[in-house]
Amino acid sequence: MLKLVVCIKQVPMVSELPWDPKTGNLQRDLAEGMMNPACRSALDAALRIKEAVGGEITAITMGPPMAEEVLREAIALGADRGVLLTDRKMAGADTSVTSHVLARAIEKNCPGFDLVLCGLATSDSETAQVGPQLAEELDIPGVTYVDELEIRDRTVRMQRIADYFLETLEMDLPGLVTVMAGRHAPRYVPLGGLQAAFAEADIVSLDAAAIGIDPERIGAKGSATKILNVFSPTEGKENIVLTGAPKRIVEQLFERFDDRIGSALGRDLKTDKRSS
Amino acid sequence: MTAKRRQIWVFGDYRNYFQNRVTLQLLSRATDLARKIDAEVCAVVFGDKVDEWVGEYIAHGAEKIYRTDHPRLAAYGVETYTLLMERLVKREKPEIVLVGATAFGREFAPRLAKRLVTGLTADCIGLDINGEGLLVQMAPSFGGNLVAEIVTPERRPQMATVRPGTFQEIPHDYARTGEVVDVPMPRDLPADRVRLVQSERCPQRDQKLEDAKVVVCGGRGLGSKKKFAKLFELAELLGGEVGATRPAVYADWADHNALVGQAGKQIRPQILFCFGISGAIQFTAACNGAKFVIAVNKNPNAAMMKRADVAIVADASQFCAALIQEFKKRFRS
Ligand SMILES: Cc1cc2nc3c(=O)[nH]c(=O)nc-3n(C[C@H](O)[C@H](O)[C@H](O)COP(=O)(O)OP(=O)(O)OC[C@H]3O[C@@H](n4cnc5c(N)ncnc54)[C@H](O)[C@@H]3O)c2cc1C
Ligand SMILES: Cc1cc2nc3c(=O)[nH]c(=O)nc-3n(C[C@H](O)[C@H](O)[C@H](O)COP(=O)(O)OP(=O)(O)OC[C@H]3O[C@@H](n4cnc5c(N)ncnc54)[C@H](O)[C@@H]3O)c2cc1C
Repeated sequence: MLKLVVCIKQVPMVSELPWDPKTGNLQRDLAEGMMNPACRSALDAALRIKEAVGGEITAITMGPPMAEEVLREAIALGADRGVLLTDRKMAGADTSVTSHVLARAIEKNCPGFDLVLCGLATSDSETAQVGPQLAEELDIPGVTYVDELEIRDRTVRMQRIADYFLETLEMDLPGLVTVMAGRHAPRYVPLGGLQAAFAEADIVSLDAAAIGIDPERIGAKGSATKILNVFSPTEGKENIVLTGAPKRIVEQLFERFDDRIGSALGRDLKTDKRSS
Repeated sequence: MTAKRRQIWVFGDYRNYFQNRVTLQLLSRATDLARKIDAEVCAVVFGDKVDEWVGEYIAHGAEKIYRTDHPRLAAYGVETYTLLMERLVKREKPEIVLVGATAFGREFAPRLAKRLVTGLTADCIGLDINGEGLLVQMAPSFGGNLVAEIVTPERRPQMATVRPGTFQEIPHDYARTGEVVDVPMPRDLPADRVRLVQSERCPQRDQKLEDAKVVVCGGRGLGSKKKFAKLFELAELLGGEVGATRPAVYADWADHNALVGQAGKQIRPQILFCFGISGAIQFTAACNGAKFVIAVNKNPNAAMMKRADVAIVADASQFCAALIQEFKKRFRS
C-alpha cells in the first residue's frame, strides 16, 4: 500500500486582505480561510491513486490553529489522517523555512512515505517555491507542473506542459510532484466523510519542539530575506478625468482624443464625424 | 593581485523564444544594476552546442560567459542543472543571481537557493541597488495594492526571479566582445533521477492577446457574465482582443487564456481599455507597455484610474454600451 502525503495550505478566501501597517503582515485573522485550489488538485490526485491502487493519505499543513479546517476537509474527502504544524515561532516563514518545517514533519510522522503531492502554487503568494525546495530537503526527485500521473510498480509516469513543451517524465519512488490547479472536477463530500472528519478525525497537532526543529531556523527569524519597506506604487500620472452621463463622456472622449484613438485603431475617426 | 570584481549573474534560459527574451531582459537590468556597484555582468549557459546563445548574450550586455557545453546537457534536467550551477556559484561567489520565472526557472531557482542556503524572491516587478549596495527586490504584496522592498542582508548570493516582459531588453550590438570561460563537465555528475521519456514542442501558441494593438480588459466591477460579454462586442468592433483580471477569470466570465497579469499574459497594446478594474499590481505589472490607457471605474480613486491617460468615472457596462454605440456610428459613416 502506498504512503501518500499531501501538503495543503489554507489561504484567505479574498485576495484583498487588510494588513497591519506597522508590521506589514497580513491580518489573516480577519479573513475566512479555504483550501488552496492547487492543493485541492493535489489531494484529488492522491485520492485517485488511492482508489486505483490503494494507499494511505496523510494531509499535512503548517499554519495558524484554524488551518485545522483544511485537514478536516481533506479527511472528509477521503484522506486518512491529518498533521497540523502550528507554532507562533513558525509565523513569517519564507519558502525555504516552510519547506524545512514540512520536511522534518514528514520524516517524523510519515516515515517510509512513497509520494509527496503539493500544489503547484498558492493563490495568496504564488511563489511555487515550496514544492521544489521540499524535494531538496527530502533529497528525493521532484517534478513540477504535473497534469497527469500514473504509478506502476515503483515508477511514476507524469505528463506536463512546461515552457511550451509537452513532456512525459518518469521517476522512481519515493518522489514529489506539484500539481496544477483546476485540472480535476470538484469532489463532493460523501456523508460518511463528514462523520469521519468530525467525530473521529485522526489529527495530530505539533509545534516546533515536537517536530524537533531548531527554533532559530524557523519563522521570520530563520528567513534569509527581510522586508525593508512597503509602499504604494500609485505614483499617479497626469491624466484627464471625465465624469457625467455615459453618453456625454463618450462625446468628450472623442472631442479630445479622436486622433489618439483613431491612430491606435488605424482608422480615421474624424472624417467619420464630419460626415455624420 | 587586484581583488576580483563583483559579479551579477543571469541564468541563460534559451529553450524557446520567451525564455530567451527574459534572459535578454535580465541582462539589460543587470547592466543597470552593475553600474551602481561596479560589478561585472555575467551569463551562465549550459547545454549542447550553445555558441548561438553565447554570442547573443554578449551582444546584449554580458561581459563574461560561463559555459558548459556537453551532449549530456541537451535536455534541461533540473537536478543536473542545479548541481552544475551550485558548484559554479560556490566557486565564483557572485553577489547576485537572477533567473527568469519560466516554468523551468521556477523549478530550478528555488532548488538552487535551497542548496546555497540563501533567500529567493519570486516574481519581482522591480530590482534596484540601495545605499548599502544591497539588491532591492520589489515584489507585489498584500493583495496587490502595495509593493514590498525585500533584501537579503547576509546570505549570498542575493537571488530573485522575474517574469518575462518585466524589463526591456537593450538592442543587440554584435560588435561587442566578452570573455568566455569554459567550465568542464564534471566526471562525477550523477544521472538525473527524473527521466525525460518524451518531449514535443506544443503546437504554435496563440499569441493574439500579447500581440494585440487593441485590448479591452474587464474586471470584477462589471458585475456579471452578461455584462462582461459586452466587452467581446467592443473588442470585435475594434479588431482587438479581450483580457480579464483574475476575479473575472475565477468567476468564469472569461477563459483562463484571457488572464492578464503576473499569473497570466503580458500585453503591450497601442490602446488599452480597462472596465471595472481596480489596478492591483499583479494586473498592472503586465500592462506597463500599453501606450494609451482608458480606465472606466465608479471609484475615481482606484489605482487603475491614477495610472490611466483618461480616467472615466462611470458605470462600466453603461459606458461600454455607449462607447459601442458611438464607434458603430462613426464606423458606419
Ligand atoms: C505576498 C507574499 C509574497 C511572498 N513572497 C515570497 C518570496 O518571494 N519568497 C519567499 O521565500 N517567501 C515569500 N513569501 C512567504 C511565503 O508565502 C511563505 O513561505 C509560505 O509559507 C509558502 O509560500 P507559498 O504560499 O508561495 O507556497 P507555494 O510554493 O506557492 O506553494 C506550493 C505548494 O506548497 C505546499 N505548501 C505551501 N505552503 C504550505 C503550508 N504552509 N503548509 C502545507 N503545505 C504548504 C502546498 O502544497 C502548496 O500548494 C511571500 C508571502 C506573501 C504573503
Ligand atoms: C499571487 C497573486 C497573483 C495574482 N495574479 C493576478 C493576475 O495575474 N492578474 C490579475 O488580474 N490579478 C491577479 N491577482 C489578483 C490581484 O491582486 C487583484 O485582486 C485583481 O487584479 C483584482 O481584480 P479586479 O480589478 O477585477 O477586481 P477588484 O479589485 O475587486 O476591482 C473592481 C473594481 O471595479 C470597480 N467597480 C465596481 N463596480 C463598478 C461599476 N459598476 N462600474 C465601474 N467600476 C466598478 C471598483 O471600484 C473596483 O475598482 C493576483 C493576486 C495574487 C495574490
